Amino acid sequence: MTQINDEYKAITHEKRLLPLSQMAAGLSGEVVEIRGGHGLARRLEAMGIRQGRRITKISSAFFRGPITFRADQTVMAIGFGMARRILVEVDIPA
Amino acid sequence: MKILLAGNPNVGKSALFSRLTGTRIIASNYPGTTVEFTRGYLNLGTEQAEIIDVPGTYSLEPTSKAEEVAVEMLDDGDLIINVIDATNLERNIHLTLQLLERQKPVIIALNMWDDTRHRGINIDVAKLEELLGVPVVPTVSVTGQGIKALVRRIPEAKSPMLSHTSNDERWAKVGHIVVQVQTLSHHHHTWRDVLEDVSNHPAGGAILAILAIFATFWAVRLVGEGIISYITDPLFERLWTPLLMKLSLALGSGGLWHDILIGKLINGQIDYLQSLGLLSTALYIPLGAVLPYIISFYFALGILEDIGYLPRLAVLSDSILHRLGLHGYAIIPTILGFGCNVPAIMATRILESRKQRFIAATLISVGIPCAALQAMIIGLVGQQGMQYVAMVYGSLFLSWVVIGLILNRMVKGFSPELLVEIPPYRFPPWRVVGAKLWLRVSGFLKEALPIVLGAVLVVNVLYTLNVFDFIANLTAPVISGLLGLPKETIVALVVGFLRKDVAVGMLAPLGLTAKQLVISSTVLAMSFPCVATFVVLGRELGVKDMLKATAIMLAAALAVGGLQNLIL
Repeated sequence: MTQINDEYKAITHEKRLLPLSQMAAGLSGEVVEIRGGHGLARRLEAMGIRQGRRITKISSAFFRGPITFRADQTVMAIGFGMARRILVEVDIPA
Repeated sequence: MKILLAGNPNVGKSALFSRLTGTRIIASNYPGTTVEFTRGYLNLGTEQAEIIDVPGTYSLEPTSKAEEVAVEMLDDGDLIINVIDATNLERNIHLTLQLLERQKPVIIALNMWDDTRHRGINIDVAKLEELLGVPVVPTVSVTGQGIKALVRRIPEAKSPMLSHTSNDERWAKVGHIVVQVQTLSHHHHTWRDVLEDVSNHPAGGAILAILAIFATFWAVRLVGEGIISYITDPLFERLWTPLLMKLSLALGSGGLWHDILIGKLINGQIDYLQSLGLLSTALYIPLGAVLPYIISFYFALGILEDIGYLPRLAVLSDSILHRLGLHGYAIIPTILGFGCNVPAIMATRILESRKQRFIAATLISVGIPCAALQAMIIGLVGQQGMQYVAMVYGSLFLSWVVIGLILNRMVKGFSPELLVEIPPYRFPPWRVVGAKLWLRVSGFLKEALPIVLGAVLVVNVLYTLNVFDFIANLTAPVISGLLGLPKETIVALVVGFLRKDVAVGMLAPLGLTAKQLVISSTVLAMSFPCVATFVVLGRELGVKDMLKATAIMLAAALAVGGLQNLIL
């Protein structure tokens, strides 16, 4: 039983880690990593988005358009390519 | 003493600047309104302090040209008023700590204080002051609340001598401060939240955008036409015409002075579009035909800006603009261009890369007709039917897209994606909307009137000297052969370099067909930028790129005009 449980955890854990671009609208989570060049990480950090920050995805636009998300009081829009580089540990809805 | 207003974008620095100095500058509800610095003065006891409004920045490591301006300015100041958004304490305080590390006296304006209550945010101001070690004054810059207290406490500004730390340590400190001073309580869902939800939804947002754009166009035309038919036209016809006719008689209905002041009489009457005198056409074009549209356009724009709609439009137009080598935020300079190309090209500073700024500035000069030009096109071409006006706009839009697609491939450099903060919707503060409208309208009058008068004078002189005949014969192969226009049209195209509105006015006496009007208006809109735009292009892009942009405009104008001549 414990083995199955562990396996289940492992699978769900994998699924919980998603780029912001693939997260479903309405879900929240914690920023785990900003991949790729230092430039984006630096710009995001200045705007308050960094590792450990809790964010909620609001929506994504059609045709790989920008993603909007909320971090506390701030709503931000970010291009699809950049959103792909933000890795989020998504909360599992209870 | 030099006092700098520094802070994150869209925290109300410009509104605070206007309050402190009485110098009016444009403030709006979107990040990046201010792209260069403005100076004003404030009396502090016996001393007069210079106050400088600086573009907003998220950090002291700039990512755009506007931010570079901000960071360079910081070394210059003797004292910093750090304006922070009380509803967004965490991010704002991160910049505050960076400023405090600079060893300059700082005082904090905790702005948008009125908004904290609606949002269920409680801030312990005394505690914040204690933790930061500098004075903190709650303010509401759009209403003026707290400004007096801020001014009174400026002498208390101090530098707590923080040592330079790493970003991680700084964020840890920010977290530590915020936890101690801020408590959040539940806030009720308001009309704002509902509207924000709708506009952030992809389909809802698109529908809202289409509605907003149509409503804006409709309102601009309704108000513009209303002012023309109920105010300016009656004023000109009932008051000004009789006076001019008396003057015309006194001058003997002809002669050199008559031609310069009043112009040619058409069937014994003054025709404001065709007479071409300094007191007739040169006054009627800016005041009678264009001013009403300037007022209505900038009124509508001011409301859209202050509600906070433009950044949302940026998100919706990102996909299209991305294909043109830009990103969604380029929609803001583009929309400003429908008023006047000069501030629009300045506003391209909010874009991050050189490639983006070149493409955006070129596309604005090619495809975005300014309000003065539009007013004249609607007035003159519209007489033949609105479908012809639509043809002009359609051609401009298509060229804008095609040239953008080409430039994206041809221009070297990179195009970063959109990354922008979406401000909350706000009810437009009428005082700000009114002050901004006045600023823009009086700016138009101050800048346009002298040039229009000068342009009409130059045209009159050149006509007497027969210079135009010479130019017309020289350019006839292109103008008549390629574009299918009478060779005299070149006069209007040349005048377009001075003022586009006067240039369209000069098409009036040529007796063009509807098709020729469409071609000449389109070529006029796309070709050479007016002299003011030319200067600002040179300043923002450098001479080499400005010449490149101009070559693109000329080539595109001839290509599109030639195509129209074949197709229409």
